[in-house]
Amino acid sequence: MATWILIGLIVIVGLMVVSAIGIYNGLVNRRVRTENAWSQIDVQLKRRYDLIPNLVETVKGYAAHERQTLENVIQARNMAVSAKTVAEHAQAENLLTGALKSLFAVSEAYPDLKANVNFRALQEELTATENRIGFARQHYNDTAAQYNAALQRFPGNLVAGMFGFQPADYFQLDAGEAEAVRRAPQVKF
Amino acid sequence: MTDLVTYEDLIAANKRKSALLVVLFALFVAAVSMVLGLAIVAMLQPRALAAVDWRQGLLVGAVAAGVSLVIALIGFYRGPEMILHVSRARPIRHEDDPELFNVVEEMAIAAGIPMPKVYVIDDSAPNAFATGRDPQHGIVCITTGLRHKLNREELQGVIAHEIAHIRNYDIRLMMLLAVLVGTVAMLADFYWQVLRYGPRVHRRDGRRDGGGIHPLLFLLAILLALLAPLAAQLIQLAVSREREYLADASAVELTRNPLGLASALAKIDADPDVLEVANQGTAHLFIANPIKKFEARARTIFSSHPPIQERIRRLRMLAG
Repeated sequence: MATWILIGLIVIVGLMVVSAIGIYNGLVNRRVRTENAWSQIDVQLKRRYDLIPNLVETVKGYAAHERQTLENVIQARNMAVSAKTVAEHAQAENLLTGALKSLFAVSEAYPDLKANVNFRALQEELTATENRIGFARQHYNDTAAQYNAALQRFPGNLVAGMFGFQPADYFQLDAGEAEAVRRAPQVKF
Repeated sequence: MTDLVTYEDLIAANKRKSALLVVLFALFVAAVSMVLGLAIVAMLQPRALAAVDWRQGLLVGAVAAGVSLVIALIGFYRGPEMILHVSRARPIRHEDDPELFNVVEEMAIAAGIPMPKVYVIDDSAPNAFATGRDPQHGIVCITTGLRHKLNREELQGVIAHEIAHIRNYDIRLMMLLAVLVGTVAMLADFYWQVLRYGPRVHRRDGRRDGGGIHPLLFLLAILLALLAPLAAQLIQLAVSREREYLADASAVELTRNPLGLASALAKIDADPDVLEVANQGTAHLFIANPIKKFEARARTIFSSHPPIQERIRRLRMLAG
C-alpha cells in the first residue's frame, strides 16, 4: 500500500517537473523573442542614421545656403547615434524627426532638388524607414504583450514567479514624440 | 491580441495538418495502388486472382506508400518552385519596384518574419498569392495587374494578407495540398487510362468488354478513379475557406487598417479578368478565386474562397 502511494507521488512530482520545464522553456522563448523584437527596432533606427549623411550631401549640392537646416539634421542624428539612455534616445529621435521634417519642407523651394532622382529615391527610402520603425515598434509591443500575458496566466505565473521573470515594458511615445508624430507631414505616394 | 486562439495555435495546427496530410496521402496512394494492382491482375489473368497472396498485396502497398512519401518530400522542398513555374512568375529585385519591396519589408517586420522573396506574374487579372515551406523560405507573388491597380495603402493590405499566410504556416499546408492533390489527379488519370486501355493492349483476341474481371472489383476501381480527384478537390476547399477570413483578420493585426485591404478586395471583385495561369490545383493559393466562372456557378459548396463581398463586409465591421 505504502509503496503504491510512494510511486503515485513520484509520478505526480515527475509530471509536475516535466510540465514546469516545458513552461519555463516556453517563457524563455517568448522572452528571447521579445528581446529580438526590441533589437529589430534598433536595426531600423540605424538604417535611418545611415541614410541621413547621403541625404544631406544630396541636398547640399542644390541648397548649400540652407546651412542651418542641414546642420540641425546632422546634429540631431549625431545626438541620436550617441544617446545612452532611453530618455536621451527618445529626445534625440524626436529632434531628428523634426529636423528631417523641416529639411523636406525646405526642399519644396528647390525644384531642381525635388526633381533629382537621387533625392527622390532617398525620400522614398527615408519614409519607408519611418514606416519600418513604426512597424518594428508595433511588432515589439505585440510580442511583449504575448510574453506578459504568458507571465500572468496560470500556471505560467507560478514558474515566472519562481525564476524571477520580469514583464517587458511596452514602447510608448512620450508626450513630445507623440506630438511630433501627430504633426509629421502626411506622406504622399 | 490575447484572445484564446493566437497565431501560435494556428501555426501548430497547420504543422500538424501538414504532417497528417502527408500520412493520409501515403495511405491513400497505397490503397489505390493495391486495388489497381488487383484490377490489373484480374484483367490480364482472371484465374491468377485466386492465387494472389495478401502479403504480395501489402508489399505493393508498402512500396507505393514509400514512393508517395518520396514524392511528398520532393514536393516539400521543390513545391514552391513548381508552383511559381506553372504560374509563370518571375522574381524581381528592389530596383525594379522599390515601393512594392518596401511594403513587403514593412509587413515582414510587422509580422516578425524574414523578408520573403518577391515575384510578379505578368497578367492583367488582379491577384496575389504566397507560398514556401516555412517563413524562412517565404515567397510573395503579385500579378502586374493588381500591382498597378492599388495605391500604397491597398497594396499594404494585400501584402499583409499574404505575409499573414506565411507567418501562420498556411503556406506549408496549402503548398503541400497543391503538390499532393496534383499528384493524386495525375495518378487517377493514369489509373483511368490503365482501366480503359490496359486489356485491349494485352489480349490477343482483341475483346475489350469486362471479360473475366470480377464485377465488384471493376466497380470499385471505377469508383476510386472517379472519387479520387473529387475527394482531393473537397479537401482543398475545406482547407482554404476559413483560412482566408483568418488571413484577412491577421492582415488587419499587422496593418491596423482594415480599410486598405477592404478597398483592394473591392477593386479585385470589380475586375472581370480571369487569371489564365491559375488552375484547379493552384486556385486555393490565391487571395481571390482566380477562376471566377467556377465561383459564379457554385458559389457556396464548391468555392475555394469565401465570397469577396462577405470578406469586405467583415473588414468594414472591424473599422467600425
